[in-house]
Amino acid sequence: MIEIKDLHKSYKMGSNSLHVLKGINFSVEEGELVAIMGSSGSGKSTLLNILGMLDELDEGSYTLDGVPIVNLNETKAANYRNKFLGFVFQSFNLINYKTAMENVALPLYYQRMPRKEREEKSLKYLDQVGLKEWATHLPSELSGGQKQRVAIARAMAAEPKVLLADEPTGALDSKTSYEVMDLIQKINDQGNTILIVTHEPDIANMCKRIVHLKDGIILEDKKVKQVRAAAYV
Amino acid sequence: MRFIFDRNTWQEIFGSISKNRTRTIITMIGVLWGIFVYIGLSGAAKGMDNGFDKVFKTVSMNSMFVWGQSTSMPYGGYKTGRQMQLKLDNVTDLQNRIPEIQYIAPRIDMGEFGTEPVYTVRGQKSGTYTVNGDYPVYTKIATKKIFDGGRFINDEDIEQARKVCVIGERNLQELFEKDEDPIGQYIRIGSVYFQVIGVHKLAQGVSFDNDSAIFIPFTTFRKLYNTGENVGYLCIAAYDDADVVQVEKDVKMLLKNIHRVDPEDERAFGSFNLGEAFSKIMGFAQGLTFLSLIVGIATILAGVIGIGNILLISVKERTKELGVRRALGATPAEVRNQIILESVFLTVLSGIIGIILGAGVLALINNLTKDIDFPYTNPTVPIPYVLGALLIMVVLGTLIGLIPAQRAVSIKPIDALREE
Repeated sequence: MIEIKDLHKSYKMGSNSLHVLKGINFSVEEGELVAIMGSSGSGKSTLLNILGMLDELDEGSYTLDGVPIVNLNETKAANYRNKFLGFVFQSFNLINYKTAMENVALPLYYQRMPRKEREEKSLKYLDQVGLKEWATHLPSELSGGQKQRVAIARAMAAEPKVLLADEPTGALDSKTSYEVMDLIQKINDQGNTILIVTHEPDIANMCKRIVHLKDGIILEDKKVKQVRAAAYV
Repeated sequence: MRFIFDRNTWQEIFGSISKNRTRTIITMIGVLWGIFVYIGLSGAAKGMDNGFDKVFKTVSMNSMFVWGQSTSMPYGGYKTGRQMQLKLDNVTDLQNRIPEIQYIAPRIDMGEFGTEPVYTVRGQKSGTYTVNGDYPVYTKIATKKIFDGGRFINDEDIEQARKVCVIGERNLQELFEKDEDPIGQYIRIGSVYFQVIGVHKLAQGVSFDNDSAIFIPFTTFRKLYNTGENVGYLCIAAYDDADVVQVEKDVKMLLKNIHRVDPEDERAFGSFNLGEAFSKIMGFAQGLTFLSLIVGIATILAGVIGIGNILLISVKERTKELGVRRALGATPAEVRNQIILESVFLTVLSGIIGIILGAGVLALINNLTKDIDFPYTNPTVPIPYVLGALLIMVVLGTLIGLIPAQRAVSIKPIDALREE
């Protein structure tokens, strides 16, 4: 599903150049649930941004579902993001003047789906995350866990190949975190490929594979025995 | 273009506009005010223009007056300071020699220009009024509205020197009982009884006579006051396509010739040219229209710039939202188009509201000034001007929307998302 070879990325900070990713080789199969761990500055968010086509790579190659991701301009990247990727952010990033349903329907709007279908589909995904009754509520009327579930529904609504989550539990208490992880595990059980960036070991242990990043290189890449979040809820 | 007619696009735009209500309203006020000022001003200018038109309708626009004064130069053996007296045969001479002249009405009067007004009596009531000796042709130059049942002086009155008169509205009030029919009644003007044949209505606006002037046939006047061939002054109307200023010069030159006055003598004959005065006032009205156009467009411009300004701020405010949209698959073109369309939509919507408000205020002013003696009639803004203003707003709205739209697109989604 994801194929990365010899990935390099550096940032220019004035006259200095900061080499963040120093040759990453990494691949993800369909249906995997991967945690990317590492302390701050290890390059894990940069990796995720490159995977999400929010950032460009300097060197190396990136293939997503057999499509080589090269020479991206903004329009092409936007179309790929819309077709291939779903995003979940630490700070939810819901649009505050849109209801839960409208938020979920937004990626479908950019797929030019007609309004009726959009609404049906977004209701279906809200139902999956257990928030159907909250469809007409604004984000400000939802709790943190609910917001993140709406965000997950939004990411899933476009039926992406890969779900990318950047610290999805970072702004949540542990109980809600486990609820969100439970949801993510269920989505993964349906066969969806998911990548999670986190620095919390207990969250990482709820995935099937952990990739440790340190100073821009992969320190360790191991399969783990998945801890089911449902046990803690 | 498909984008503009897509229902989804408008739902998205309408959503983002209606969810930021305060911002939307503040944004709209600028343009709304601009177009309101534009419509109000140009409508008012047009109303003024129409008003002047109406005022001048009662008199022939290219008309003039000539009267005799005294010479200021010796000429042909005559000494200076000779009093000029216009005569009836001057009228024929002028008519024969100056082809541009359409009508000449010689007049003579008692009560103006230093002569005593005439004591007029009817039964117990009396008053002193100006009395004019007139020819029927006078009505061709200054329209006289005569109330129902009456008439103005006609040719037979002149031929037979009848003792008939046309009185003014004020004479009617002062000499007759209320609701009394004056036609056919007799009043005593000076020492002679005259039969009333009509009552003239005071013309609104420019008028040569006041509402207490009495008109009698010229021939009757000259018999009564023994004025012979003398004429008080001449009212002259030139043809519509004639240059009245030139006619004025020609008339005075011919009169100087007839009366043996130095051609260089500027004081021998006095004149007043209505056409000249009229064109000055019309020039003023046109200047006003032009001014209102400039001010209106400048105000609209300021309003549109205001929209651009607020959209720019709102783009900054919405950086994160736009970043999220980009992450969810909005292409730069979609983001740009959305912001431009928001700008155009706001501009046009507030423009239309401004036009409606402006039209409302114009209608209100029209109602208020209806019964006031003020040159202001039917204030309207021509449809092409309104459409032009709307077009300008669409163009400006697009141009000004480009700035915040470009700004929105230039933010990379990753930077937008990072911003907290």
